[in-house]
Amino acid sequence: MKLVSYFRGEAFQRGVHPPSCKLTAERKIRRLPFPDRVTVPLSQHIGKTPRPIVRVGQEVVRGQPIARSDEWLSVPHHAPLSGVVEFIGLRPGMRGTWIEAIVIRAHPGATQEDLWGRPRDLSQASGQDILQAIWDTGMVGLGGAAFPTHAKLSVPKQAKVHTLVVNGCECEPYLTCDHRVMVEHATDLIAGIRYAMRATGAVRSIIGVEDNKPDAVLVLRQAIADAAVAGVSEEIHVEAVPTKYPQGAEKMLITALFGAEMPAGGLPIALGMVVSNVGTLAALGKLLPLGQGLTERVVTVTGPGVAKPGDYRVILGTPLKFVLDYAGASAVDAMDARQVILGGPMMGQAIASLDVPITKGVSGVLVFRAEDMVEREARQTYPCIKCGECVESCPMGLNPSTLGMLAAKREYELMGEKYFLGDCFECGCCTYVCPSNIPLVQQFRVAKQILREKAA
Amino acid sequence: MSAPIEIRSAPHVQSAKTVETIMRHVVYSLLPICAFYVFQYGVSALASIVVVTGACLLTERFFVGTGTQAGRLPDYSAVITGLLLALTLPPGFPLWMGAVAGIVAIALGKALFGGIGFNVFNPALVGRAFVQAAFPTAIATYTPSFLPGRFAEFIPSTHAVPLMIPADAALWLKAKSLDALAGATPLAKWKFDGVLANADELLTSLSGHMAVGPSPLLILLCGAYLASRRFMDWRIPLAVLGSAALTAWLLYAFDATRYPNPFFMLFSGGLILGAVYMATDMATSPVTPKGMWVYGALIGLLTVVIRYYSGLPEGVMYAILIANAASPLIEKITQPVPFGRGVLDRVKKRATYPLNPGYISREEANAVTPKKRFLPNKPKK
Repeated sequence: MKLVSYFRGEAFQRGVHPPSCKLTAERKIRRLPFPDRVTVPLSQHIGKTPRPIVRVGQEVVRGQPIARSDEWLSVPHHAPLSGVVEFIGLRPGMRGTWIEAIVIRAHPGATQEDLWGRPRDLSQASGQDILQAIWDTGMVGLGGAAFPTHAKLSVPKQAKVHTLVVNGCECEPYLTCDHRVMVEHATDLIAGIRYAMRATGAVRSIIGVEDNKPDAVLVLRQAIADAAVAGVSEEIHVEAVPTKYPQGAEKMLITALFGAEMPAGGLPIALGMVVSNVGTLAALGKLLPLGQGLTERVVTVTGPGVAKPGDYRVILGTPLKFVLDYAGASAVDAMDARQVILGGPMMGQAIASLDVPITKGVSGVLVFRAEDMVEREARQTYPCIKCGECVESCPMGLNPSTLGMLAAKREYELMGEKYFLGDCFECGCCTYVCPSNIPLVQQFRVAKQILREKAA
Repeated sequence: MSAPIEIRSAPHVQSAKTVETIMRHVVYSLLPICAFYVFQYGVSALASIVVVTGACLLTERFFVGTGTQAGRLPDYSAVITGLLLALTLPPGFPLWMGAVAGIVAIALGKALFGGIGFNVFNPALVGRAFVQAAFPTAIATYTPSFLPGRFAEFIPSTHAVPLMIPADAALWLKAKSLDALAGATPLAKWKFDGVLANADELLTSLSGHMAVGPSPLLILLCGAYLASRRFMDWRIPLAVLGSAALTAWLLYAFDATRYPNPFFMLFSGGLILGAVYMATDMATSPVTPKGMWVYGALIGLLTVVIRYYSGLPEGVMYAILIANAASPLIEKITQPVPFGRGVLDRVKKRATYPLNPGYISREEANAVTPKKRFLPNKPKK
């Protein structure tokens, strides 16, 4: 494998090749029915939590803002259902704690059309106007990080952006939602890219797609050619990059495309770039001209424990139980589901309760049965045998072996100062390859948390 | 909430490679070498392998059972120690001394430090170093390979009574009308008598009546298998052999009459076995890629220096043990450079797009279409 990648030209150094398991890559996106009740957590993104602007008992229509904040690093939420606000208070969140949420009960007879939108013409709008329009949609990064998109696309005064990098790698095993969006909503994606380029002032845009999705590459190239015929003057390229985890990390993608390393601790803007996910831009391309809010997203529901795996268009706030019932996760009923994960298998979050709702940052729901876990559970944990696999797989060029041993000794300061713990973005490569079955990433997460608390 | 679901920390998938698989494959790759070794030296070699490995396993069982050390018996690491230790001992080594070597290897080399992963020195070499100090005559007494009747009778020193002087193999060889000198290893012959063996004969060790260890060619093949499956790091053997060859070649170029040619250096004694199986012991070698090169180079250099300038004919064992001791220090000075902290303005040649398009107009950009490496470039309509 190493040798092959040497001759093909490596995208970025190190990394791993987990089995891709993209069960749903060939299936069209389908719409999930509306549940009779949705739970909209107030904290769905990085930044300040918005406050509710509706009261219990108030009637809301689909697409109406129900929570907002005046802080810059925050976005509003919109009602995903037409119905009645039933409850505002604590509901189970994905991290295990109970968090504040707005519960809306659907009107039985409502058509659930998105009625709130204010269509507008953005063809002459300035970059600032587009950013404001993006803020109005409540858009956050749909790739999983859930960073407010208007903040990501706004360029500081002293900086200048020349390139918009569009991240269509989707390197996580199992997940295919970005893949399907690229194939089925290429036109929306191109429109979104154009808005984002105008908002940032970028002169070119490059869509990076892993080469295990050749159909997406072809569709996008065709869409760009068609757009060029229709008079689109922006420069947009599609580039297939070699498949490798974690290609979807923005640092790795930039290295694969431009051969340059992003300075440690910096943002892509240091290189004059802004990176955004394809799902985000495709949603923007659809919502901005309609002036609607983000009320639904595409979620991959998959895993060995799901009978009807697929990419579903799910309205935000749908409880997982409803999603899994519809997708035929009979395992849940048969008391056989052992693990339900939000996100991909490498970085996803295992959840404790099926009442947790789908939020803006959830890209996938994975269900593993007991029999899928047997092998992992039977694995013996050994002391570190210093095989060096983790050092050879860490995309950030850290030394997880030594970091792990320091974590066991609780030498957290040393880890942070001398071994660059802060550079770790918890991609999970080291734990994936560790033959001794040491939970390295978990140790690093704990260490980082302790260092954060000490710094505060 | 009906179904009992569990919470785990990401990642939720893991590669299939475990400590057991690594160790098991190392054992598999050692089996052909052992078989050929038995074919060369007969039943004595077989008895030696069985007894030494058995001693290692029993000792491991004892220390794991008492809770003194980490790991468990089915992880195969003690088997590797036993097989390697047996391969480094002379085929006619008295069995009880072999058992002592096996016990010491695990007890002092491994259990003392806490078991698998914690040992500082290669356990097999600790065992060998102990018996080299304790029984210097017995360990220097080699018998030639391919003796007639080697499958029917034991070398007389094999079944020596514990704590008694073993039977003299030289007399036994004389009775078989073979020169006593045949019992010296090629390295000892070169060191003490100035007789140089052919490198190609050493490499295959197929020519008759030479007192060499397991076949270097076979070891290289088995090592190549391990390295290709990534059960062993390819850098260390390459660094050991490269630096040994370079040092030997420099000295040979300096004074060809005093120093043997580099190929003799490479293929004689235990250098190949040491480079492929001993130096690559994971727990005792550095984890950093740069550190592996330094560590391997140190072993190669020390081996040649010990062979040329010390009183011993063989130096691989001490070279590896010294490098084992130095490996934490090597690791300290060869930490990898994290992403984005090295030389930043160097754009690698694989780049598809220029970093800054500044001046590029649309026409120019179309003129210099980025070369598509992975998918054929579909012409735009």
